[in-house]
Amino acid sequence: MTGSTIIFYLLALLTLVSAVLAVTSRQIFRAAIYLLFTLIGIAGFYFWMQYDFIAAVQIIVYVGGITVLIIFSIFLTQQAGELLPKQKIGRQVFAAAAVFCSFALVMLQMINHHFTVTADQSTTPTIAAIGEKMLATTEDGYALPFEVVSILLLAAMIGCIVIAMRPEDTLPNEQDLQQK
Amino acid sequence: MITPGLYHILFISTALFFIGMYGFFARKNLITMLMSIELILNSVNLNFIAFNKYLWPGRLDGVFFTIFIIAIAAAEAAVAIAIIINLYRSHKSIDVEQTEEMKY
Repeated sequence: MTGSTIIFYLLALLTLVSAVLAVTSRQIFRAAIYLLFTLIGIAGFYFWMQYDFIAAVQIIVYVGGITVLIIFSIFLTQQAGELLPKQKIGRQVFAAAAVFCSFALVMLQMINHHFTVTADQSTTPTIAAIGEKMLATTEDGYALPFEVVSILLLAAMIGCIVIAMRPEDTLPNEQDLQQK
Repeated sequence: MITPGLYHILFISTALFFIGMYGFFARKNLITMLMSIELILNSVNLNFIAFNKYLWPGRLDGVFFTIFIIAIAAAEAAVAIAIIINLYRSHKSIDVEQTEEMKY
């Protein structure tokens, strides 16, 4: 029982408990905060596996970006202190049963399958190696997917602006009328 | 307690995946469904990194898949939230039951 083992189980507890709370809490703002803790727990797993770069990316993009985006959209669309409506109990029981059965099935398959784990796990990728491979144009380089993802991000940004833009020919709403 | 290895991490990522799936089934609010999708994507990322570490530690493919999935998840969340805000503006609600006319 080493320190690494204890940290692993603590991280597992944090991640799973806050994930369950994130999908069951009836206050949507609290659900978002629990989701934040789940994402931090997953970043902790990346640190635990010594993949520091992925952990940093996870914290920057998920914890710093997506969660803030979700919290802002909650502010824009929900009334303060309002609880989510209760779902039908039948739907919840069905969902829990389906999910539990699939979970048991996948776990059975996984335990029966033997993965040949390599003995040497001391090598972890350096950031220099990641950067070189990402821009390599040789046979197993990732330059083309990198460019494709860049185009995708650009298209998504333009799409977001176009979707969220208020069309100019719409009727003025009540606040505008009151100001006039 | 056993020393944690590949199977422990696979257990956690499977559990996260199905917790996200439960949220996707049981919730009706679009933002909470988006949060469930984020959980599912994160469990997949954890799986990729675990396989990369324990099965092919000399290679980098799992790392790159994870990086690209994170980038695509960010784009997907941004587009989804733009759609949700637009929907709220026209319907004053983001419940999936009241968005039926989106399909016409």
